[in-house]
Amino acid sequence: MRPTDLSLAQARLALDARQISARELTQAYLDAIAALNPRLNAYITVTAEAALTAADAADQKLAAGQGGPLEGIPLGIKDLFCTAGTRTTAASRILGDFTPPYESTITRQLLRDGAVFLGKLNLDEFAMGSSNATSAFGPVENPWSRRNDPDTRLVPGGSSGGSAAAVAARLALGATATDTGGSIRQPAAFCGVAGIKPTYGRCSRFGVVAFASSLDQAGPIARDVMDCAVLLRSMSGFDPQDSTSVDMAVPDFAAAVGRGVRGMRIGIPREYRMAGMPAEIEALWQQGIAWLRDAGASIVDVSLPHTKYALPTYYIVAPAEASSNLARYDGVRFGARVPGADLTELYEKTRAAGFGAEVQRRIMIGTYVLSAGYYDAYYLKAQQVRTLIKRDFDLAWAQCDALLTPATPSAAFGLDEKQDDPVAMYLNDIFTVTANLAGLPGMAVPAGLDGQGLPLGLQIIGQPFDEEGVFAVAGAVERAAGFSARPGVIA
Amino acid sequence: MTYMIGDWELVIGLEVHAQVTSQAKLFSGAATAFGASPNSQVSFIDAGFPGMLPSINAECVAQAVRTGLGLNAQINLWSRFDRKNYFYADLPQGYQISQFAHPIVGTGEIEITLDDGTKKTIGITRLHLEQDAGKSQHDQHPSKSFIDLNRSGVALMEIVSEPDMRSPEEAGAYVAKLRQILRYLGTCDGNMDEGSMRADVNVSVRKPGEGFRTRCEIKNVNSVKFVMQAVEVEARRQIDVWESGEEVHQETRLFDTARGVTRSMRSKEDAHDYRYFPDPDLPPLVLDAGWVEQLKASLPELPDARRARYVAMGLTPYDAHVLTLDRETAVFFETMACGRDAKLAANWLTGDYFAALNRLKRDIADPPVSAEHMGELLDLIADKTLSGTIAKQVFEHMLSGEGAPAAIVEARGLKQVTDTGAIEAAIRAVMEANADKLAEYRSGKEKLFGFFVGQVMKAMAGKGNPAAVNELLKAMLAG
Repeated sequence: MRPTDLSLAQARLALDARQISARELTQAYLDAIAALNPRLNAYITVTAEAALTAADAADQKLAAGQGGPLEGIPLGIKDLFCTAGTRTTAASRILGDFTPPYESTITRQLLRDGAVFLGKLNLDEFAMGSSNATSAFGPVENPWSRRNDPDTRLVPGGSSGGSAAAVAARLALGATATDTGGSIRQPAAFCGVAGIKPTYGRCSRFGVVAFASSLDQAGPIARDVMDCAVLLRSMSGFDPQDSTSVDMAVPDFAAAVGRGVRGMRIGIPREYRMAGMPAEIEALWQQGIAWLRDAGASIVDVSLPHTKYALPTYYIVAPAEASSNLARYDGVRFGARVPGADLTELYEKTRAAGFGAEVQRRIMIGTYVLSAGYYDAYYLKAQQVRTLIKRDFDLAWAQCDALLTPATPSAAFGLDEKQDDPVAMYLNDIFTVTANLAGLPGMAVPAGLDGQGLPLGLQIIGQPFDEEGVFAVAGAVERAAGFSARPGVIA
Repeated sequence: MTYMIGDWELVIGLEVHAQVTSQAKLFSGAATAFGASPNSQVSFIDAGFPGMLPSINAECVAQAVRTGLGLNAQINLWSRFDRKNYFYADLPQGYQISQFAHPIVGTGEIEITLDDGTKKTIGITRLHLEQDAGKSQHDQHPSKSFIDLNRSGVALMEIVSEPDMRSPEEAGAYVAKLRQILRYLGTCDGNMDEGSMRADVNVSVRKPGEGFRTRCEIKNVNSVKFVMQAVEVEARRQIDVWESGEEVHQETRLFDTARGVTRSMRSKEDAHDYRYFPDPDLPPLVLDAGWVEQLKASLPELPDARRARYVAMGLTPYDAHVLTLDRETAVFFETMACGRDAKLAANWLTGDYFAALNRLKRDIADPPVSAEHMGELLDLIADKTLSGTIAKQVFEHMLSGEGAPAAIVEARGLKQVTDTGAIEAAIRAVMEANADKLAEYRSGKEKLFGFFVGQVMKAMAGKGNPAAVNELLKAMLAG
């Protein structure tokens, strides 16, 4: 068995038993990155030397029997997390060679627990996108390809495309990711790996480059449900530096993974059965329902009547917040600067050159919906609808403990597809945005393959701060699905 | 008694920005001291770095609530921070965090007193918390602007008045009274010359009985005197515009203190669209009613209440006014007068002590003689150890740093003699030495009484208790 074959949980046991050293494990991942990253482009920055130094330190701790929960575990970090001393780009030209002098709370906690960082993972610019095609550092390729069309390069999904592709191709044992409208769950589903966006407020946003503050939430992407549970525990926790983080105890998520679903009520939201949904997606959903029923859950038909407004609501709220959050990238204090004759010209030239087309589009949409005379009709109305969407869920929780839905409306698509049609691209988020708008935990689990041999995922949405319930359902789906397919490109 | 310029009435409202007295900024832990070297008090939050988030400083919230309570204002237990979006080089985030729709403090009022003694109540519309921006310096380099972010993120209270003022004097009295209250509360140091308090002055004019006409806003006026001047010159400018048959346009203006004119800064058409929206990084600010009650209970006594109390203690309204002008003087007075004759204390403080401060160019906050020592001096007068005249001498010694009055009296042998035996002995000696004068006195020349008093006091080196000397002398001279 090669080191990269071990799951995170297995690797941690092997490290403790000294069956493998952290240095060997890290070196194996660095070798995999050297071999496959030139093709996949999952990493923007690889910090090989620092990783090996950290691995050696981990080996010393392990030898002394002082290993933390993630001691010696090689992880990739989405390049939206500020990492002290390591360039942080948000996949945008505008950040230039910005190297933060500070560490995000989440990466600080992962380091505290002994993790080894391999480097910074590619993403859509400022996490805006569903295909990883908007990155200033080029697109990421999905390690999976179509059975009948192996030459068409597919997207890994987005915005955490680098995270999902790296985990799927075994260029990292696990990865951090962020999810504003589906950016953990959609790429996890496209790449056949697991990913969870926890409840809003579970993980600190401090030190994570902001896209849309009221929707952004970080979480892990990993090989399986158990690995996600282990990573999420390290990432979670109250942070006084993030006023929206919530002061609640962090449970042992891993203990919930094998808990089973007997007696649980699983809601099936009827509004998620969209017209024109591919039969394969519908079939997978029915299969998931059957698995959970067989595992002892009761299946409940529920209604979330405002679902159809979720996507338009999201595409007002998220750009509005983004237009304000991205104002700080002005060429004055850090990052790239294009000189101008006066301050206004400096702003215009810097931002025109620094931001890509999709980011510019969203800044313009956001600026428009907040403008005098339009605020009430767009932003205020969207916030009202958002309240109704939240209420839909509150009412549903009277009938069920968790919801089961498809993760995405399709499998991964080609790198050249949908790129000229923003609305078609935005539809990728149709099943995932609701959890962001309502602040709920949502998880994608690989559940099967489509006719082309591409992975498809199911989504579990849970009650606020009931990640344990989500892990229990996800664990049951995972066991029933027995998903063992592997991508064509893999270390 | 209405103030008019010709047949025009003035309408004035003020927005005062008061820097909250606190160790740290509103949303970061960076320090706030005045006069630090540029960019030495800046956290990554204040500089708007990627991923940085605000977290509110509870002390700044407490200060805003205290101020609201001091303005007899409604405290809103639920308030919210909004973002005011605009681009400028000294605004690192690209937005200012402020309270637009839901301020922490609602309506209140301030009572002002004018020079002729009339009182007037000025309505407070609201008070809200917001961040200050940094400072741009355009005169340091021919082609570059320098940015100092020390002020970036400093907590400000914006205190908005109703358009209730009708004269420059009222506007000046309002600013002075507001500053007095803030200083009493300890929520803003009120130092307008350091920029910790500044006023945006809204002025319009109208004919009596009319509704409001268009107003202009004069930005960043930084002294009481300038507020009064700005009101007057702007009102006169507007009156000229109206009387020449034209219209006043709503705009933001600057007061040129050197030339005594206001100048247009930007018109309404150029106004920014600030795209206010609730700051998603900050949950609503929810205050506990019990906590507000605690702050209320621990509020210091404010100038109006203090003045009334002093009058009740027997002080003249004028003395009570002078002694309550600032909190340091009032505290000094009360320490000095504690358990003593308040009137005597007030006379000493407003008389000899204030004169000494002027002479020495000292401030009551940095007193040459402590309030405790002044109190002890009053005690020595009260127990007749010192006569008024000797007490003034002792006070001079205290000013030269000789320490406690009792020690000075002891060291310099200035104790007043009230021992009748000693006084009688001195009188006998004087009577013997001046047998001729005694005879003249006894034969009816009573004017000589003063001569004997002087001789006795001289013999006693001034330390005889004047009343006792008078009494005994009168008896002994009569034979």
